[in-house]
Amino acid sequence: MADTIAVQDMRKTYGDLKAVDGVTFSVQPGEFFGILGPNGAGKTTILEIVEGLRAADSGSVSLLGMSPWPRNSGLLPRIGVQLQASAFFERLTAREQIRTFASLYGKSTSTADEWLSRVGLDDKADTRTEKLSGGQLQRLSIACALVHGPEVVFLDEPTAALDPQARRNLWDLLSSLNSDGRTVVLTTHYMDEAEILCDRVAIMDQGRILQLDSPAALIRALDAGVRISVEPNALDPDTARGLPGVESVEVDPASISMATHDPTAVLGELARREALRGLQVKSATLEDVFLTLTGREYRA
Amino acid sequence: MSGFRSLALAIFKGFLRDRQAVFFSVFFPLMFLVLFGGIFSNQGQSKLDVVEVGKVGLIDDLPAQARAVFGDSFSVAKSDDLAASIKKVRDGDVVLAIEQQGKKIVVHYSNADQVQAATAQGTLQSFIQAANVAASGKPPTFGYAARPVEDKSLKTIQFVTPGLLGWAIATSATFGAAATLVGWRRSKLLRRLRLAPVSTQSVVAARIGVTLAIALMQMAIFLGLGVAAFGLRLTGSWWMGIPLLVCGTFSFMALGLLAGSIAQTVEGATSLANIFVLPMAFLSGSFFPLDNAPGWLNVVSHLLPLRHLNDGMLDVMVRGKGPTSALAPMGILLGFTVVILLIASRFFSWDSD
Repeated sequence: MADTIAVQDMRKTYGDLKAVDGVTFSVQPGEFFGILGPNGAGKTTILEIVEGLRAADSGSVSLLGMSPWPRNSGLLPRIGVQLQASAFFERLTAREQIRTFASLYGKSTSTADEWLSRVGLDDKADTRTEKLSGGQLQRLSIACALVHGPEVVFLDEPTAALDPQARRNLWDLLSSLNSDGRTVVLTTHYMDEAEILCDRVAIMDQGRILQLDSPAALIRALDAGVRISVEPNALDPDTARGLPGVESVEVDPASISMATHDPTAVLGELARREALRGLQVKSATLEDVFLTLTGREYRA
Repeated sequence: MSGFRSLALAIFKGFLRDRQAVFFSVFFPLMFLVLFGGIFSNQGQSKLDVVEVGKVGLIDDLPAQARAVFGDSFSVAKSDDLAASIKKVRDGDVVLAIEQQGKKIVVHYSNADQVQAATAQGTLQSFIQAANVAASGKPPTFGYAARPVEDKSLKTIQFVTPGLLGWAIATSATFGAAATLVGWRRSKLLRRLRLAPVSTQSVVAARIGVTLAIALMQMAIFLGLGVAAFGLRLTGSWWMGIPLLVCGTFSFMALGLLAGSIAQTVEGATSLANIFVLPMAFLSGSFFPLDNAPGWLNVVSHLLPLRHLNDGMLDVMVRGKGPTSALAPMGILLGFTVVILLIASRFFSWDSD
């Protein structure tokens, strides 16, 4: 099947800043594709070029087999866009906003109302957008991006500036977006978000893609093993160091934690010694991947 | 077309719900209309108070017609107490105390209000002369008739309504265009609309359409209230005020676009629009006529679009000029629109970053 998005050696420079420095990737139909990186990594610029808001300096971009630049009105009804800020008309209610967007795409008011309830804003339908919370605004803007049934939807940091609770609430909605074959492209600077939502993730830093694969594959390739921790009084540190399979041991007031590539052996040994109080098993995360790739802590 | 309609509807609803915008573009100018229309409506009709001390034949024996004219100028009280009457003059309660000594009319006046005293004396002397001529038994050699050049019904309201309407339209068009441009750019709505299948023309046309609708509403309210409550009388081709107003709206929207292109925030844009509109309203005769203004001020005011809108509306709406008299101001207003748009395009950008 043809790629939904194909980007070849894209470059974009603002003055001296290389915002996008030779990026190549493709997105398959129905895929949930994530672009992950800290602020200023070039995520938004890539999105804007693929959407057709900007021209690349060089390289080729194809969206649904067409060029998005210059403004391609044949392409616009087939894509949905949710922008970083919440872009709404002043002083309209949630229902009026989504109905206005629906009519711009020639969709009925009933379609608009269906989307409003799908994102759980039925009881806020008559509230003006100025009075909605951050999470409600994001839900509404996602509904406005999807109201015309686009084949590809772009979400630019949909959970930025939300509190952790609202962020997790939004994940349920986001993870359902590609269920009916829709392609989703999401930028985020949250590692956990990319890990949970995305089929594949491009990890970016300073205008380049450092690595591109499924979150699980990226973590596997890291070969970081797992970290097993128990309560500090469950086991004394020297015994822990002597256990088969344990590579290193760290002790802090809250826990004693062991790094290993053979969790089965270590867990079996801990169970035999009845030292499982406060047990936690953590595998490596995208955060560890980023740390390994860039040699520095991930800063969101 | 459906894009135009739904955008226009969204903008219009947004305007009606913006209490501040509605206040400043409709109610605030209306307050001035009520003020000027109500307070100054009797201007020019005030009579001069005089006291007739004893019997003054000149006044008492006026023929009926002359008596009516005399009554238009003077409000006469009678008294027999000369000293008390002179005190009234001194206190400024009346302008003149008039007494007759034989064949001489003696007038007591105060130097405290020389203008009124002189006016009253001049008018009185003209009656004495007319009486002298009549007493000589000869017909007067020269007749005299004074007629105002304006419609006979002309009152302050005639002058202030077009000017205040011009100011109201300048305010709503400039602020509307500026606030929409900056607000939509900052909220990224402008960018969002570029990614929707609506043409730029539809977006621009929707904003223009709403502003024009608001301007016509303002016109209907101002003229309706003026006619119904303050005795405003429109002359023959007042309807030419409508195309004039449309051309004026274009030039003020261009001005708002300029403000919105320069400013980065909504607050900045409205302040800038204020800086454009308020001095322009003063210099364009929206609040007071510029007939007595120095020449350089008149030159400056002709560099402002509102001056031409006000002049054009005065011509067709109250001065009774023909419909073609509006064509020149309309052309000038469209010229302003083009020039201001060219300047604005140097600053314009879709995105705020």
